[in-house]
Amino acid sequence: MAKHVVAPVSEIPPGGRKLVNAGGRAIIVFNLDGEFFALNNRCPHRGGSLCDGIVTGLVLSDEPGRYDYSRRGEIIRCPWHSWEFDIRTGQSWCDPKKVRVRQYGVSVEPGARVVQGPYVAETFSVSVENDYVVVEA
Amino acid sequence: MMGPELKAIDCDVHPSVPDIKVLLPYLDTFWRDSISERGMPSLESISYPPNAPISARPDFRGTNGAAATDVSQLSAQVLDRWQASIAICNCLYGIQLLFSEDMAAAFARALNDWIAKEWLDRDARLRASIVVPMQNVDMAVDEIERCAKDRRFVQVLVLVMQETPLGRRSNWPIFAAAERHGLPLGIHAGSAYRNPVTSLGWPSWYIEDYAAQSQGFQSQVASLICEGVFAKFPALKVVLIESGVTWLPGFLWRFSKFWRGLRTEVPWVDRSPAEIVRDHIRLTIQPFDAPESTDDVERAVDHLRSDDILLFSSDFPHWQFDGDQLMPAGIPAGLHRKILVDNPLATYDRLKPT
Amino acid sequence: MNIEVRQPVRAQKAKVGLIDCDIHPKLTVEQMRPYLSNRWWDYLQTYGIRYRHGYAKGYAYPKMTPQAARRDAWPPGGGLPASDLDFVRVQHLDHYGVDHGIMNPLSPTGQGEQNPEFSTALCFAANEVQAEVWTHREPRLRSSIVVPYEDGEASRAEIRRRAASKDYAQVFLLSRTSEAIGRRRYWPIFEAAAEAGLPIGIHVFGYSGWPMTSTGYPSFYIEEMTEHATSSQAVVTSMIMEGVFERYRDLKIVLIESGFGWLPALGWRLDKHWKRLKDEVPHLKRAPSEYIREHFWVTTQPMEEAEQPEHVIDAMNWIGMDRILFASDYPHWDFDDPVLALPPSLSEHQRRMIYADNARALYKLG
Repeated sequence: MAKHVVAPVSEIPPGGRKLVNAGGRAIIVFNLDGEFFALNNRCPHRGGSLCDGIVTGLVLSDEPGRYDYSRRGEIIRCPWHSWEFDIRTGQSWCDPKKVRVRQYGVSVEPGARVVQGPYVAETFSVSVENDYVVVEA
Repeated sequence: MMGPELKAIDCDVHPSVPDIKVLLPYLDTFWRDSISERGMPSLESISYPPNAPISARPDFRGTNGAAATDVSQLSAQVLDRWQASIAICNCLYGIQLLFSEDMAAAFARALNDWIAKEWLDRDARLRASIVVPMQNVDMAVDEIERCAKDRRFVQVLVLVMQETPLGRRSNWPIFAAAERHGLPLGIHAGSAYRNPVTSLGWPSWYIEDYAAQSQGFQSQVASLICEGVFAKFPALKVVLIESGVTWLPGFLWRFSKFWRGLRTEVPWVDRSPAEIVRDHIRLTIQPFDAPESTDDVERAVDHLRSDDILLFSSDFPHWQFDGDQLMPAGIPAGLHRKILVDNPLATYDRLKPT
Repeated sequence: MNIEVRQPVRAQKAKVGLIDCDIHPKLTVEQMRPYLSNRWWDYLQTYGIRYRHGYAKGYAYPKMTPQAARRDAWPPGGGLPASDLDFVRVQHLDHYGVDHGIMNPLSPTGQGEQNPEFSTALCFAANEVQAEVWTHREPRLRSSIVVPYEDGEASRAEIRRRAASKDYAQVFLLSRTSEAIGRRRYWPIFEAAAEAGLPIGIHVFGYSGWPMTSTGYPSFYIEEMTEHATSSQAVVTSMIMEGVFERYRDLKIVLIESGFGWLPALGWRLDKHWKRLKDEVPHLKRAPSEYIREHFWVTTQPMEEAEQPEHVIDAMNWIGMDRILFASDYPHWDFDDPVLALPPSLSEHQRRMIYADNARALYKLG
């Protein structure tokens, strides 16, 4: 595992997401209210590209006819078969024990530290004035 | 072949009403006169045309062609010859097809009373399902409440093809009553003919009608699960009677697959439909729509993924097998006892010795 | 700064070939205009296409995604999913190395329109558009002859009109017709298809005007999806029991998008009860499962997913690996990716049959 600088923080505002390449892997980085999460882009079901899916909320129910809707923006649905994945944990909703999307560690580092390394900025140059999203993959 | 020590439970036998007149004593005076004055001939359903082959095996038919019209014949065949210790009577006289709610409810009452008096009273080994008038849910609940007092009624009986899918919320008081009394819901092949028997309209031949019943079961299982009936009534059990059995695995593959992506439409379905079926639904074994080779039968049984799901039945007097071949060939011997005894006992609370 | 990261797939496909038996091109009414009379163009503008589900736009069982499409299938240049041939090439045909694709247009084609004359006019236009806009520009694709199926004679005329053209690989029907499909009113369609030597593709859907189940209308879209399989079971039963295959010995039927897990059990059921009820249908000279074996093919999509994957292989063996045709259902959401669709335990030979050889033989492709 290595650390990869994937984007300046300004490119992934709260509620946003970005498909990045980290160490040859396609990874989506999400910003949920200032917290960053990184998931493998490939749906574990049949390989759909999750970044093309929609982000939605979690619907639960303990009573037929009731739709308890919460956590808007925290669930990503695969653009193909609509499987739901929890952005915070990578777990699928239909089979949380057995099916999940691989998660990656993600942190925000100030430019000064990034410039010093040991990070790799794959596709753009970094400057000490900005903060950067770093994915461990 | 069954052996008296096994105490097999036959979960599907069909007492037949020999003539509408036998119900008259069980109707109140208004209905008794009405039925005669209006010249109602019978309520036999074309789901089982009386003279058609499946409707009764030739050797079960009496001199007038009718079968299973008398308790002594049923007892002699099912209980004595085939050595079932208990048989559950599912009377298919077609009260569900009438459009008048009041008439249907009157007939349901009369039918259940006739079954109790002419069948259950005459052989202590018999049990029965409560026939309910689905035309009016409140009346159906009333009939369940009324008959549940007699503990020889062990199940609520409905047809697989009705006016609306069973899972619909308007039907829920029936499930509440069934669950309250520990009565499984027995869904039996046959139609109330409110809708054509396929989504392509009405077919031409009887064999198509009969074959279509397995699709009806697929629709009802989907409805019960998608509408959340088992979420709402967690103690409810459902028995699919005379369904054919082998349609179930292929149906569950598709249903479970779609649930994984479409869960948000029915979020109260909190686990795979396949799991819900294994927890709540049972199937009687006759007819068993079997592949040719016994190896394939074993595979097909394997596909069900449950040793608990099959319930023994003869489907007497329907013609599903010849001679005494009650247990379909190829069903693993290791499962026989479960099918004959354990699974029925686990399903029907009222059969357990008190 | 989005990076397109895709697995290289062409190398994998080159070995076995790839024929996709279910692609849904989106035709537009503007494209159909030149092929409609003023009368029917005006009628279309005024009344629209009226399906028996009742909505002017959308569906009474709303889909889970817009246009029931994959969310990534919207062409960047605009238009509905699968309306842009260039994008279909990029995203699907070139991407997966599709050698041949059978197109099954769903709407607007006029199929299921309540008015028979209007339906006939629309089908004619839809068949023209498929050829002009799609197959003439893209040799890998074949069209399907859409017919106003509730009018047997009009359907026969349309099939005869198209039969000689190399553009059309099959005749196309939907699974929910207003009578059981084997009944006599539809026999002109079978006759014309047989005469032309064309298979008939029967794709799930259609709004017959009857409830979606034999026990009334269900509540949910997920139930509509499970009911596709039951409608296909009724299709198979009806065609066999009406003696269609005794009359048309060479007729070939492709069941599209019904799945296939249900087919073996249906064959067993029909055989068992036919043995008992044989005298009712003396026009059947053979067991129902023999007719299934001789006359029906199934497409793979939506690929069955069982808790124990080997059970799906059992079903495929019961049906016969030579009867199974790969389909993607592009651009719909329940699409099957060719790379991952088939169970991994199939042999190279079986993969070749399912991905290409079976379809090549059935549709007489090069």
